[in-house]
Amino acid sequence: MPHDHADHDHLSPSGHPYRADNDGPLTYWQQMEIAVRELLIEKGHITAAEIATQVNDMDSRSPANGAAVVARAWTDPEFKTRLLADAGDASREMGFDIGPLELIAVENTDEVHNLIVCTLCSCYPRNLLGLPPDWYKTRAYRSRAVREPRSVLREFGVDLPDGIRVRVHDSTADMRYIVLPARPKGTDGMDADALAALVTRDSMIGAGLARTP
Amino acid sequence: MAERVRVRSLYPPGHVRAPAYLRGRTGEVERALGCFANPEQLAYALKAEQKRLFRVRFTMAELWGADAERPEDTLDAEIYEHWLERI
Repeated sequence: MPHDHADHDHLSPSGHPYRADNDGPLTYWQQMEIAVRELLIEKGHITAAEIATQVNDMDSRSPANGAAVVARAWTDPEFKTRLLADAGDASREMGFDIGPLELIAVENTDEVHNLIVCTLCSCYPRNLLGLPPDWYKTRAYRSRAVREPRSVLREFGVDLPDGIRVRVHDSTADMRYIVLPARPKGTDGMDADALAALVTRDSMIGAGLARTP
Repeated sequence: MAERVRVRSLYPPGHVRAPAYLRGRTGEVERALGCFANPEQLAYALKAEQKRLFRVRFTMAELWGADAERPEDTLDAEIYEHWLERI
């Protein structure tokens, strides 16, 4: 019983371990980051305010941006054609500032299910979807997604029928990928805003499906 | 008829953008993606050449042989032209 160990100094009164505070010595790479940042500011290449703006811009990007793009593609066939031809331009057209990102949209259909991974590092369409989930960067996901994608999908709760072909995309170089999930059944009367609420982050990686209403 | 290519079986050190599990494997060009500055040179602040980049599609049977979970499933990866040979 954890609550019997109140005298145990690394467990909180609730029985959970305390999370270590971040006031230990800096690691080598933390020192390197601070040194490079301060040198860039000192030499006038960039200002502290510009760095803060970039950090804020990155934090403001979220899967909601991608969900809006997907919902538009579900409701506007011409937009969907443009999205599949050039997902970067189609996202910019909707007002999302995704920088110079080269983006490819791959469509889930009754025949094909797409799954995105980067085996070399953790390439992800951050400029549209924000920061990737932690599991996307793990060695386990990166190695297993290419070798046994169906098993990985089952662990995410996606059990694909036999007739569906799995297409894995290893984002190894300069392109980033977004999955255009299949529009869920029973959503005929819904507008783009309501549809966007059904689009999950995982469904745009291919590790999930869009929610049903 | 799609162009068939093989990823070169080279193992140089450094910032290599062709995953080891694809080297020596045969696939077909899914689409050409245009030219990009070679990231294997960019990573070392070298003068980077413009290289053509392709998406190559492999079958799981080609990648994993008898261990393939489903032989007809496929995998697409971006491979630079200097890593590819026509077959």
